[in-house]
Amino acid sequence: MEQPYAIEMLNITKRFPGIVANDNITLQLKKGEIHALLGENGAGKSTLMSVLFGLYQPEEGTIKKNGQVVQIKDPNDANDLGIGMVHQHFKLVECFTILDNIILGVEPCKHGFLQKADARKKVLELSEKYGLKVDPDALVEDVTVGMQQRTEILKMLYRDNEILIFDEPTAVLTPQEIEELIQIMRNLAAEGKSILFISHKLNEIIEVADRCSVLRKGKYIGTVDIASTTKEELSRMMVGRDVEFQVHKEESKPGKVILEVDGLKVGSKSHNNDAVKGVSFQVRAGEIVCIAGIDGNGQTELVYGLTGLEPLKGGKILLNGQDITNTSIRKRSTMGMSHIPEDRHKQGLVLDYTLEDNMILQRYFDRQFVSPLGFLKRGEIRKYANELIEQYDVRSGQGPVTVTRAMSGGNQQKAIIAREIDKNPDLLIAVQPTRGLDVGAIEYIHKQIVAQRDAGKGVLLVSLELDEVMALSDRILVMYEGEIVGELDPKTTTVEEMGLYMAGAKRKGA
Amino acid sequence: MKTERRSLLRNKGVQSFLAALLCILIGLLIGYVVLLIINPAGAWEAIKTIVENFLYYPSPNAQLRYLGNTLVKTAPLLLCSLSVLFAYKVGLFNIGAAGQYVVGAGASLYCALALGMPWYVCLVAALVAGAALGAVSGILKAYCNVNEVISCIMLNWISLYAINTLLSNVKEGASPYTIQLSTGNPGAVLPSLGLSELFGGNRYVTIAIPLSVIVAIFIWVLLEKTQFGYELKATGYNKFAAKYCGMKEKRNIILTMAIAGALAGMGAGLFFLTGFEQWSTTQSSVPAMGFNGIAAAFLGGLNPVGAIFSSYFIQHITNGGAYVDKTMYSAQISDLISSLIIYLCGFVLFFKTTLNNRLDRRAEREAARAKAEQKGGEA
Amino acid sequence: MVLLIQYTLIFASVLILVALGGCFSEHSGVINIGLEGIMVMGALGGALMMKFLPADSNAFMMIVLVVLASVIVGMIYSLLLAVAAINFKADQTLVGTAMNLLGTAAATVLVKAMNTAENPDNVSSTIQYIEAKKAFIVNIGGFEFNWFMLLALIALIAAYVTLYKTRFGLRLMACGEHPQAADSVGINVYKMRYAGVIISGMLGGLGGIVYITAGVSEWKFENGVAGFGFLALAVMIFGQWKPTRIALAALLFGLFRALANVYTGFDFLNALQLPSSVYNMLPYIISLIVLAFTSKNSRAPKAEGIPYDKGQR
Repeated sequence: MEQPYAIEMLNITKRFPGIVANDNITLQLKKGEIHALLGENGAGKSTLMSVLFGLYQPEEGTIKKNGQVVQIKDPNDANDLGIGMVHQHFKLVECFTILDNIILGVEPCKHGFLQKADARKKVLELSEKYGLKVDPDALVEDVTVGMQQRTEILKMLYRDNEILIFDEPTAVLTPQEIEELIQIMRNLAAEGKSILFISHKLNEIIEVADRCSVLRKGKYIGTVDIASTTKEELSRMMVGRDVEFQVHKEESKPGKVILEVDGLKVGSKSHNNDAVKGVSFQVRAGEIVCIAGIDGNGQTELVYGLTGLEPLKGGKILLNGQDITNTSIRKRSTMGMSHIPEDRHKQGLVLDYTLEDNMILQRYFDRQFVSPLGFLKRGEIRKYANELIEQYDVRSGQGPVTVTRAMSGGNQQKAIIAREIDKNPDLLIAVQPTRGLDVGAIEYIHKQIVAQRDAGKGVLLVSLELDEVMALSDRILVMYEGEIVGELDPKTTTVEEMGLYMAGAKRKGA
Repeated sequence: MKTERRSLLRNKGVQSFLAALLCILIGLLIGYVVLLIINPAGAWEAIKTIVENFLYYPSPNAQLRYLGNTLVKTAPLLLCSLSVLFAYKVGLFNIGAAGQYVVGAGASLYCALALGMPWYVCLVAALVAGAALGAVSGILKAYCNVNEVISCIMLNWISLYAINTLLSNVKEGASPYTIQLSTGNPGAVLPSLGLSELFGGNRYVTIAIPLSVIVAIFIWVLLEKTQFGYELKATGYNKFAAKYCGMKEKRNIILTMAIAGALAGMGAGLFFLTGFEQWSTTQSSVPAMGFNGIAAAFLGGLNPVGAIFSSYFIQHITNGGAYVDKTMYSAQISDLISSLIIYLCGFVLFFKTTLNNRLDRRAEREAARAKAEQKGGEA
Repeated sequence: MVLLIQYTLIFASVLILVALGGCFSEHSGVINIGLEGIMVMGALGGALMMKFLPADSNAFMMIVLVVLASVIVGMIYSLLLAVAAINFKADQTLVGTAMNLLGTAAATVLVKAMNTAENPDNVSSTIQYIEAKKAFIVNIGGFEFNWFMLLALIALIAAYVTLYKTRFGLRLMACGEHPQAADSVGINVYKMRYAGVIISGMLGGLGGIVYITAGVSEWKFENGVAGFGFLALAVMIFGQWKPTRIALAALLFGLFRALANVYTGFDFLNALQLPSSVYNMLPYIISLIVLAFTSKNSRAPKAEGIPYDKGQR
């Protein structure tokens, strides 16, 4: 009898100091199917995959391939078994060519010397067969994210992998590119490859997968046939309760102009063209303006320009009618601009500082916290930190003296939000404020942002998550290649229309 | 009782102390093995001599006098180590303390011997010269992205040759050494304020020693208690976050290097203005003081107060090395031991994480056991 | 003039060898500040070999054995860096600095111990190798060709081929750029980093013996190698971690270093009446200026200096 399962992970348990990351989890992948693995951040998906790749050894459980028990001690074993993975953060060497990246680890060699000609032929054949367009001689750092992803897929195919794992593959793509990827995945499944698709986006799972297994807080919840389930049921399995997809908010009542941006130009770190090419817009009091777009279309640089992290190449910025084009970061902050940064570890926090020291990061120079001679008033700092911790429900092991590094991502983000909102800004710039957080924390942060709007602040939200954009914004500005190519009303637009703008296929006035 | 012991082990200061002790012991052990290899007959005697240092002398008066000698050289070492650790708190590796020390020596001696200035002017000159050199590295780092380690090393050599040339103007006729301070300009000698009597009439014991300790405490206060220290450490831990909240990163880098340079320069002033040593204008390698400062800084757990003790220890064994039996061993054996200690300091981080992991695991096991017992009790 | 070319070439050979060593280490992801110490130890190995080989040894044997001794000692010494940086995740700058100090101190202690053992009055740290050195030199009409120059050229070509044409090179560079990526395709990052550091130890050790035999016929080990290891690092940065550019940078720096030895032979330089220390400073000043202009767009391996931790991803 033929074995229906390509790979089986049976009763896997993996413990780390303090937590059980995988608690008796079973995952069975049929041959030729697209199987979704659904779970929130921290549900144990990554740990399970690391076990499959031999990066961790489970305390209990077995792995079977085609019904045979196998031992996977390191990624080489996994590769030998034909298991390959496209990681969420691509594992590509930026200064190598695409071809070099594909062959890395399985280089065709004669006496240790590289023989690239054969490899190139094979790559081109594969690329033809599956519709994966790449330029083998281009450097990875010069090509689009889409092509980088295709490179990752080719890496697996080049190794003749039978079991293909896609870890959150759609996060960096436009809706149209996602369509393309889904088509590619279907082609691969049709060719007999088995696909494991890791995601927390329900719409995509419903669209592409045959079956779906759900994890929650390290536990296995169940496996369902997609054909006989609904989005609501899946989300209930993932979160453990009913989730509201809609954020409740009143009609916005825009007031006076808080932020006015005129012809803003910002240079780029990676290439010679400007990253932001003459962008103009306004943010009024009491509205949430959202910048939507694919990652890398100038949103980061736009925020850097607005906050003063990067000097401008041209244009003008007015905050409450005052020209802040050339003022320092500190001055902008004290003039009423708050900034929830894109990367809380890199910019938002000094991870080796205590929670209380991070709470005063934007205000440590304030007379409230420092004496005229330059000494810190430790007592005042403690009092202030405790107030914020209470008010914003920031949880940590030792309260204000907890080293921030030891806190969970959600609570770290809460600390930043507490700090930035408590400054009582006129303008709140929030960049990807919910990245990598679980549903509870996301709901909390969304509520805070809406509350700021209702308190009459101007909010500029930069987000890559289309669901978040649709749920929160009062106006949507779509950025493409450094320009604002469209202004949309979330009440009348659709995700598909937004996608066309994001991909540059459609633009304002055209 | 048991929990108390564990929380003591958790204490950062205790961990640093244990780590330092371990580094010292292993360093001495390897040093001893090297001595054994060279000549087994005198090895134990030699390592004892190094550790004993001034206790080598039988009379208490001589002991005090030679303790004084060690202290005279501890003062500059302490300042060099403060220089290194101050920069390290901001994420900069000031291997240039050696060069900053050189220009400090040059400036103070030149002011004293060629310009006939009083000691306080000479000391300020040393400070300023060191600060200026440090600032050069800082500027190169802030504006040209030149790695401070490389630029510091280049500047070390440039300073050495430049100061040799400069001080050739104030050297004794035939010898390569600069003129004795006590004959050339007695007014430039640091005042002793009666300290020399305390150390068996060692006339080189001056205010330099208490001054260096005061500077160490000052640096500790600056780093731990002030807004400036808060900014600098934030920059050192995470320069992106520092920039994000509006700290002036470039200014802080330059300022830090200037202060670090001033510390090393001042160290040189505090040493050469005692008249203990003359500068040799033909020396062809950078004085080791600045490099030993690295050892002292790391051995002291990068804490200014810890640096007081570690500096003394390093200088103690360096001076002790001078007493080993020259027919069998060379004085550089103490350099060997102190460089071994620096090397071992590289493992301190690993030591601390391993210790903490051990403690975590044990705490967890005990918590699990306690839980199980509780359950058992309930059932 | 011939003398200038001769010195330029020999100093450039040192810089090429050592800078290539640094290049391999950094391409694997480990910063090697300890090259200076490695050079001293390599020099010690070679010098001892010259001292103890009978003076009438066959020239070829002499060259092979001396080179081998330097390479092996340098390699063993570099393991100190590898163990600390790769297995124990130590601060690479700190460990490198310690190795520089340790190299000089250990060599001095050792040489002095041997000298005093031979003659109790001899407390110098000098090794003599007047006779042995002759094996390395071929006189071509006033130009002293040194076999080490050829060796440096071979090392240069070998380094280029290794880095860009072999499987090993591709994998090595992957480890310095993106170790997680290398690990995910089954490359053992720790092994590759060991390889990188060990190669740097071999080339650094070789560079050490070339340096001390370049100018004079005896060497005082108290002086270490006078900052040449660091000059080589500057050459490497100026050369943007690429062998061919490193070679050009080494020639430039070698020229300035050579001037310090031979400037008295040029009338116009003598006429300037600059103190000799100006020429001694020159290579360092030049490298500082060069670095100030080239560091802004540095193409250093992205993961260099960051300890690789398998658990962290």
